[in-house]
Amino acid sequence: MHWELEITLFFFLIVTALVALESRNLLTAVVSLSVFSFLSALLYAAMGAVDVGFTEAVVGGGVSGVLFVVTIFKTSRKSKD
Amino acid sequence: MMRGDDDAIISLVARTVSPFIMIFALYVIFHGHYSPGGGFQGGTMLAAALILVRLAAGNDLAQLQFPRSWGTPLGSAGVLIYWGTGFVAMMGGGRFLDYAFLPLAGAAPQRRSLGILFIEIGVGLAVCGILTAIYDDLLEGRPHD
Repeated sequence: MHWELEITLFFFLIVTALVALESRNLLTAVVSLSVFSFLSALLYAAMGAVDVGFTEAVVGGGVSGVLFVVTIFKTSRKSKD
Repeated sequence: MMRGDDDAIISLVARTVSPFIMIFALYVIFHGHYSPGGGFQGGTMLAAALILVRLAAGNDLAQLQFPRSWGTPLGSAGVLIYWGTGFVAMMGGGRFLDYAFLPLAGAAPQRRSLGILFIEIGVGLAVCGILTAIYDDLLEGRPHD
Protein backbone atom coordinates (compact mmCIF):
# COMPACT_ATOMS: atom_id res chain seq x y z
CA MET A 1 0.00 0.00 0.00
CA HIS A 2 2.61 2.57 1.11
CA TRP A 3 5.42 1.17 -0.98
CA GLU A 4 7.73 4.20 -0.49
CA LEU A 5 7.51 3.76 3.29
CA GLU A 6 8.12 0.04 3.01
CA ILE A 7 11.13 0.47 0.71
CA THR A 8 12.66 2.99 3.15
CA LEU A 9 12.04 0.69 6.10
CA PHE A 10 13.52 -2.29 4.25
CA PHE A 11 16.64 -0.26 3.38
CA PHE A 12 17.27 0.75 6.99
CA LEU A 13 16.40 -2.79 8.11
CA ILE A 14 19.20 -4.22 5.94
CA VAL A 15 21.63 -1.51 7.09
CA THR A 16 21.00 -2.18 10.79
CA ALA A 17 21.23 -5.94 10.24
CA LEU A 18 24.63 -5.54 8.52
CA VAL A 19 25.86 -3.24 11.29
CA ALA A 20 24.76 -5.76 13.92
CA LEU A 21 26.55 -8.55 12.06
CA GLU A 22 29.82 -6.79 11.29
CA SER A 23 30.34 -4.69 14.42
CA ARG A 24 33.27 -5.61 16.68
CA ASN A 25 31.77 -3.82 19.65
CA LEU A 26 29.01 -6.03 21.01
CA LEU A 27 27.17 -3.12 22.63
CA THR A 28 26.90 -1.48 19.21
CA ALA A 29 25.59 -4.75 17.82
CA VAL A 30 22.93 -4.99 20.53
CA VAL A 31 21.73 -1.41 20.01
CA SER A 32 21.66 -2.00 16.26
CA LEU A 33 19.67 -5.19 16.80
CA SER A 34 17.13 -3.24 18.89
CA VAL A 35 16.79 -0.73 16.07
CA PHE A 36 16.33 -3.69 13.70
CA SER A 37 13.50 -5.03 15.86
CA PHE A 38 11.82 -1.66 16.05
CA LEU A 39 12.05 -1.13 12.30
CA SER A 40 10.61 -4.54 11.62
CA ALA A 41 7.80 -3.72 14.06
CA LEU A 42 7.07 -0.58 12.04
CA LEU A 43 7.13 -2.72 8.90
CA TYR A 44 4.62 -5.18 10.36
CA ALA A 45 2.38 -2.29 11.37
CA ALA A 46 2.66 -0.75 7.89
CA MET A 47 1.66 -4.09 6.35
CA GLY A 48 -1.41 -4.25 8.58
CA ALA A 49 -0.31 -6.88 11.14
CA VAL A 50 -0.64 -4.61 14.15
CA ASP A 51 -0.67 -7.41 16.70
CA VAL A 52 2.56 -8.95 15.40
CA GLY A 53 4.17 -5.51 15.26
CA PHE A 54 3.13 -4.80 18.84
CA THR A 55 4.69 -8.04 20.04
CA GLU A 56 7.87 -7.37 18.08
CA ALA A 57 8.18 -3.83 19.47
CA VAL A 58 7.60 -4.89 23.07
CA VAL A 59 9.77 -8.02 23.07
CA GLY A 60 12.46 -7.19 20.53
CA GLY A 61 12.84 -3.49 21.21
CA GLY A 62 12.17 -3.59 24.94
CA VAL A 63 13.08 -6.63 26.92
CA SER A 64 15.52 -8.62 24.80
CA GLY A 65 17.82 -5.59 24.39
CA VAL A 66 18.04 -5.27 28.17
CA LEU A 67 18.76 -8.98 28.52
CA PHE A 68 21.53 -8.79 25.89
CA VAL A 69 23.09 -5.77 27.62
CA VAL A 70 23.08 -7.58 30.96
CA THR A 71 24.76 -10.57 29.31
CA ILE A 72 27.43 -8.30 27.80
CA PHE A 73 28.15 -6.74 31.20
CA LYS A 74 28.51 -10.22 32.67
CA THR A 75 30.87 -11.40 29.91
CA SER A 76 33.07 -9.35 27.60
CA ARG A 77 32.53 -6.20 25.61
CA LYS A 78 34.52 -7.07 22.47
CA SER A 79 33.93 -9.79 19.93
CA LYS A 80 36.71 -12.37 19.77
CA ASP A 81 36.28 -13.74 16.26
CA MET B 1 22.68 -2.06 37.57
CA MET B 2 26.31 -2.83 38.23
CA ARG B 3 27.75 0.22 39.95
CA GLY B 4 25.43 2.13 42.24
CA ASP B 5 25.95 5.70 41.09
CA ASP B 6 22.75 7.43 42.11
CA ASP B 7 21.74 9.74 39.28
CA ALA B 8 18.77 11.88 40.29
CA ILE B 9 17.46 12.40 36.77
CA ILE B 10 17.52 8.73 35.77
CA SER B 11 16.00 7.64 39.05
CA LEU B 12 13.24 10.29 38.88
CA VAL B 13 12.37 9.55 35.25
CA ALA B 14 12.24 5.80 35.85
CA ARG B 15 10.12 6.20 38.98
CA THR B 16 7.73 8.51 37.11
CA VAL B 17 7.43 6.51 33.90
CA SER B 18 7.20 3.01 35.37
CA PRO B 19 3.63 3.30 36.83
CA PHE B 20 2.35 4.65 33.51
CA ILE B 21 3.87 1.68 31.68
CA MET B 22 2.13 -0.59 34.18
CA ILE B 23 -1.22 1.12 33.65
CA PHE B 24 -0.86 0.80 29.89
CA ALA B 25 0.15 -2.84 30.30
CA LEU B 26 -3.00 -3.50 32.33
CA TYR B 27 -5.03 -1.76 29.63
CA VAL B 28 -3.41 -3.97 26.99
CA ILE B 29 -4.19 -7.11 29.01
CA PHE B 30 -7.79 -6.22 29.84
CA HIS B 31 -8.62 -4.80 26.41
CA GLY B 32 -6.80 -7.50 24.51
CA HIS B 33 -9.82 -9.19 22.98
CA TYR B 34 -11.17 -5.99 21.43
CA SER B 35 -7.95 -4.44 20.11
CA PRO B 36 -4.38 -5.49 19.31
CA GLY B 37 -2.61 -6.75 22.37
CA GLY B 38 -3.27 -9.44 24.89
CA GLY B 39 -1.72 -11.36 27.70
CA PHE B 40 1.73 -11.83 26.24
CA GLN B 41 2.26 -8.21 25.20
CA GLY B 42 0.80 -6.83 28.43
CA GLY B 43 2.85 -9.19 30.56
CA THR B 44 6.00 -8.23 28.71
CA MET B 45 5.23 -4.55 29.30
CA LEU B 46 4.65 -5.23 33.01
CA ALA B 47 8.03 -6.97 33.13
CA ALA B 48 9.59 -4.05 31.25
CA ALA B 49 8.26 -1.62 33.88
CA LEU B 50 9.71 -3.76 36.66
CA ILE B 51 13.06 -4.13 34.84
CA LEU B 52 13.19 -0.36 34.23
CA VAL B 53 13.05 0.28 37.98
CA ARG B 54 15.66 -2.43 38.50
CA LEU B 55 17.99 -0.79 35.98
CA ALA B 56 17.55 2.71 37.37
CA ALA B 57 17.30 2.28 41.12
CA GLY B 58 19.69 -0.62 41.50
CA ASN B 59 18.92 -4.22 42.16
CA ASP B 60 18.90 -3.98 45.94
CA LEU B 61 16.44 -1.10 46.14
CA ALA B 62 14.16 -2.67 43.53
CA GLN B 63 13.77 -5.72 45.75
CA LEU B 64 11.37 -3.62 47.81
CA GLN B 65 9.07 -3.34 44.79
CA PHE B 66 9.24 -6.87 43.45
CA PRO B 67 11.43 -9.32 45.40
CA ARG B 68 13.63 -11.73 43.51
CA SER B 69 11.89 -14.74 45.02
CA TRP B 70 8.50 -13.77 43.57
CA GLY B 71 9.39 -14.38 39.93
CA THR B 72 9.00 -18.13 39.66
CA PRO B 73 5.93 -18.36 41.99
CA LEU B 74 4.18 -15.63 39.97
CA GLY B 75 4.93 -17.48 36.74
CA SER B 76 3.62 -20.72 38.23
CA ALA B 77 0.49 -18.92 39.46
CA GLY B 78 -0.16 -17.61 35.97
CA VAL B 79 0.15 -21.08 34.46
CA LEU B 80 -2.13 -22.39 37.21
CA ILE B 81 -4.78 -19.73 36.38
CA TYR B 82 -4.64 -20.76 32.71
CA TRP B 83 -4.86 -24.45 33.49
CA GLY B 84 -7.51 -23.90 36.19
CA THR B 85 -9.79 -22.04 33.80
CA GLY B 86 -9.58 -24.85 31.30
CA PHE B 87 -10.04 -27.48 34.01
CA VAL B 88 -13.09 -25.76 35.53
CA ALA B 89 -14.63 -25.61 32.05
CA MET B 90 -13.90 -29.33 31.69
CA MET B 91 -15.52 -30.03 35.07
CA GLY B 92 -18.55 -28.05 33.90
CA GLY B 93 -19.19 -30.60 31.18
CA GLY B 94 -17.36 -29.17 28.18
CA ARG B 95 -13.96 -29.72 26.66
CA PHE B 96 -10.73 -28.22 27.97
CA LEU B 97 -10.89 -24.39 27.67
CA ASP B 98 -14.48 -24.50 26.42
CA TYR B 99 -15.44 -21.18 27.95
CA ALA B 100 -19.20 -21.61 27.49
CA PHE B 101 -19.21 -24.25 30.24
CA LEU B 102 -17.62 -22.03 32.90
CA PRO B 103 -19.81 -21.67 36.02
CA LEU B 104 -20.37 -17.94 35.59
CA ALA B 105 -23.45 -15.73 35.37
CA GLY B 106 -24.72 -14.43 32.05
CA ALA B 107 -25.34 -15.80 28.60
CA ALA B 108 -22.85 -17.95 26.70
CA PRO B 109 -21.15 -15.09 24.78
CA GLN B 110 -20.54 -13.20 28.04
CA ARG B 111 -19.15 -16.35 29.66
CA ARG B 112 -16.81 -16.82 26.69
CA SER B 113 -15.63 -13.20 26.97
CA LEU B 114 -14.94 -13.58 30.70
CA GLY B 115 -13.15 -16.87 30.11
CA ILE B 116 -10.84 -15.28 27.55
CA LEU B 117 -10.17 -12.50 30.10
CA PHE B 118 -9.12 -15.10 32.71
CA ILE B 119 -6.79 -16.71 30.18
CA GLU B 120 -5.25 -13.34 29.33
CA ILE B 121 -4.68 -12.54 33.01
CA GLY B 122 -2.99 -15.91 33.52
CA VAL B 123 -0.73 -15.49 30.52
CA GLY B 124 0.15 -11.91 31.55
CA LEU B 125 1.11 -12.90 35.10
CA ALA B 126 3.18 -15.84 33.86
CA VAL B 127 5.08 -13.80 31.27
CA CYS B 128 5.71 -10.93 33.72
CA GLY B 129 7.02 -13.23 36.44
CA ILE B 130 9.21 -15.33 34.16
CA LEU B 131 10.78 -12.38 32.31
CA THR B 132 11.64 -10.67 35.60
CA ALA B 133 13.06 -13.96 36.87
CA ILE B 134 15.20 -14.29 33.73
CA TYR B 135 16.61 -10.79 34.30
CA ASP B 136 17.32 -11.53 37.96
CA ASP B 137 18.98 -14.83 37.15
CA LEU B 138 21.18 -13.25 34.49
CA LEU B 139 22.31 -10.63 36.96
CA GLU B 140 22.72 -13.08 39.80
CA GLY B 141 24.69 -15.62 37.80
CA ARG B 142 23.27 -18.67 39.52
CA PRO B 143 20.03 -20.62 39.17
CA HIS B 144 16.78 -19.45 40.66
CA ASP B 145 15.42 -21.29 43.66
